[in-house]
Amino acid sequence: MSELLKSMSPAGDATGEDLSFHPDDVPLAIHDLTVAYHRKPVLWDIDLDIPEGKLVGIVGPNGAGKSTLIKACLDLVPKTSGEVGIYGKPYRDQRHLVGYVPQRESVDWDFPVSALDVVAMGTYRRLGWFRRVGKKEREAAMAALEQVGVGHLADRQISQLSGGQQQRVFLARALAQDAKIYFMDEPFAAVDAATEEAIVKLLRSLNEQGKTCLVVHHDLATVSRYFDWLVLLNMRVVAAGPTSELFTEENLEKTYGGQLNLLNDAAKALSHATR
Amino acid sequence: MVCLFWLATGVAARAMELPSVAEVWEVVTLENYNTRLVVLSTALLGVASGLVGSFLLLRKRSLMGDALSHATLPGIGIAFAVGVSLGGSGKSLPLLLAGATVSGVIGVLVMLAIRNTTRLRDDVAMGLVLSVFFGIGVAILGMVQAMPQASAAGLESFIYGKTASMVKSDFFFIAGVAAASALIAVLLFKEFTLLCFDDDYAASQGWPSFGLDLLLLGLVTAVTVIGLQAVGLILVIAFLITPPTAARFWTERLPRMMGLSAVIGGLSGWLGASLSALLPRLPAGAVIVLVAASLFVFSMFFAPARGVLGRWLRHRRLRKKVHRQHLLRAAYELLEAHARGSGNGGRGTSIINEPFDRADLQAKRTWRPRELARIIRSEIAMGHIEEAGEGRLRLSEEGFGEAARITRNHRLWEVYLVKHADIAPSHVDRDADMVEHILEADLVRRLEDELRDRDAWIPSPHSIQ
Repeated sequence: MSELLKSMSPAGDATGEDLSFHPDDVPLAIHDLTVAYHRKPVLWDIDLDIPEGKLVGIVGPNGAGKSTLIKACLDLVPKTSGEVGIYGKPYRDQRHLVGYVPQRESVDWDFPVSALDVVAMGTYRRLGWFRRVGKKEREAAMAALEQVGVGHLADRQISQLSGGQQQRVFLARALAQDAKIYFMDEPFAAVDAATEEAIVKLLRSLNEQGKTCLVVHHDLATVSRYFDWLVLLNMRVVAAGPTSELFTEENLEKTYGGQLNLLNDAAKALSHATR
Repeated sequence: MVCLFWLATGVAARAMELPSVAEVWEVVTLENYNTRLVVLSTALLGVASGLVGSFLLLRKRSLMGDALSHATLPGIGIAFAVGVSLGGSGKSLPLLLAGATVSGVIGVLVMLAIRNTTRLRDDVAMGLVLSVFFGIGVAILGMVQAMPQASAAGLESFIYGKTASMVKSDFFFIAGVAAASALIAVLLFKEFTLLCFDDDYAASQGWPSFGLDLLLLGLVTAVTVIGLQAVGLILVIAFLITPPTAARFWTERLPRMMGLSAVIGGLSGWLGASLSALLPRLPAGAVIVLVAASLFVFSMFFAPARGVLGRWLRHRRLRKKVHRQHLLRAAYELLEAHARGSGNGGRGTSIINEPFDRADLQAKRTWRPRELARIIRSEIAMGHIEEAGEGRLRLSEEGFGEAARITRNHRLWEVYLVKHADIAPSHVDRDADMVEHILEADLVRRLEDELRDRDAWIPSPHSIQ
């Protein structure tokens, strides 16, 4: 029984498997990744190496597979083919290095828990089976909440938080995991100005600590200000590299190709960004 | 719905015989050994279903539980037939419940298979399984009834529930399974909470989401199956869902909700089984579920946290506050306009508290005359407004301060919205009207910092009519 539990434990024993082609100083290396839903491919032959300590924006039109890319990295959707290496090993051996911020709409915010309860979920993996959240975990959760500026809301039931505050609670939960690489799925979607500012500040401070952040982002107008590295995605990787080299009209056209409205948006964003 | 109607007619058709005082005493004090077993095991069942049901509800799988319980019927019939053909009477509870478990699990698997291999939605898959399995069960039961041993077995009691048919060995079996299910639900509180709140996140953290889902479904199956005899398969889902739903009205915290749900479940089981011992002609399942439903209705109306009454009172209080603030601000703006009109307007002008006309107040907003009169009366009662003679009104010392504060908050918010939220100034007033009433003191201070405008007199960004 205890052996079985141990093998199922989220803390897990490392399998020790090495992905030889993925050097272990690269936070995220994706090789030949293809993902398909209902026989319809969503991601095609993705090859990607993310260097350490970068703020990486994942940008692309709706349906480009941005969320799917993150979920495939975290083994949340089955990979049709390909490999993903987190610091040279498969994700199941490296969970302790990875923090995840899902989309805010993915959960029911009327759930009967407080903001602190949600953030404490970030410590569950370390706790393992059966053990309850104790003083240490609550303190870690509180520190994470304060880091995103909503410490005073710790006892609020989560439906009584504004959208921006809910987003910050989700970020705090990932912080409580104390990871080296963070995956964030649209943290800037529909948040107020104060929250946007708080998130940017948080990203910068994570960046200063040498952590790597991958952020799915929608707003082309702010891309070049927030991120120093970009992945332009539209079912395949259109381009990946430093923002200064990549954020060109030609690349955006390739990414958003044919979608006239979006192209106009992109053009506007470019003029906005270069102003 | 159809089931309920069916039950209601059944209840009405049977004449109700009221029990004597002595009979009531006997049941309440649990004097009769058999009554004691029945009441205790049903109460324990209620506690277990209250705990397990909380997670079923939060996982949003209530309908799956319903399909599961209906899908147990074919198994009961088949197990009985097998038991008889092996030479027994066929009326062995463990055997019948084993059959129920197998066919219930098959029902759920079929449902999952339909959902995962076709593009049919969840509700379609559940509806199909529920009705088809129940139909098969009724057919099998019809065939089995023709067997000579069947008349004594009382298989129909599994449909409506019949606590009186329990015997001692049943009690230990039911109590044991209920206690084990409750224990597992409590031990895995943290894991199930995470699963129900955010299964993707749980999976990303290495928790076996699918395994936990299966375990939860297993607990639901266990509680359903041991509930078949007491509550019956049509209503057992209500026993799983009603207690947590009622408990949810009282609290915003999951541990408290589960504790309360266990209490409500246990109480329904206890009272329901006692009542049904007194009214043996009524189906036990219906009595138990009706007790649970009464607790639910009571909670829905009277629970202060989320109940209908509490919500209504809070809403009324807010509306009153909104009206009051509108009135005081309107009065203050009248005084402002007057100060400007008398030529010494502008920044820093002190506003003089002087009497004003009701008619001017009426013109400031779309108040119905009677409504305005009522608000004014209540403000006079609170000492914010005084009669100034000749039908004119005046702000009291306290009311003047209050009015200045409210107006100031309102303007701060307006300026904040215009500066930070990209709203055209002409659209601001309405939004500001709604938000100012939830402004708290510390937010107001933050706005002040943000606007660097510490002057008490803040000009309105749009002209005041």
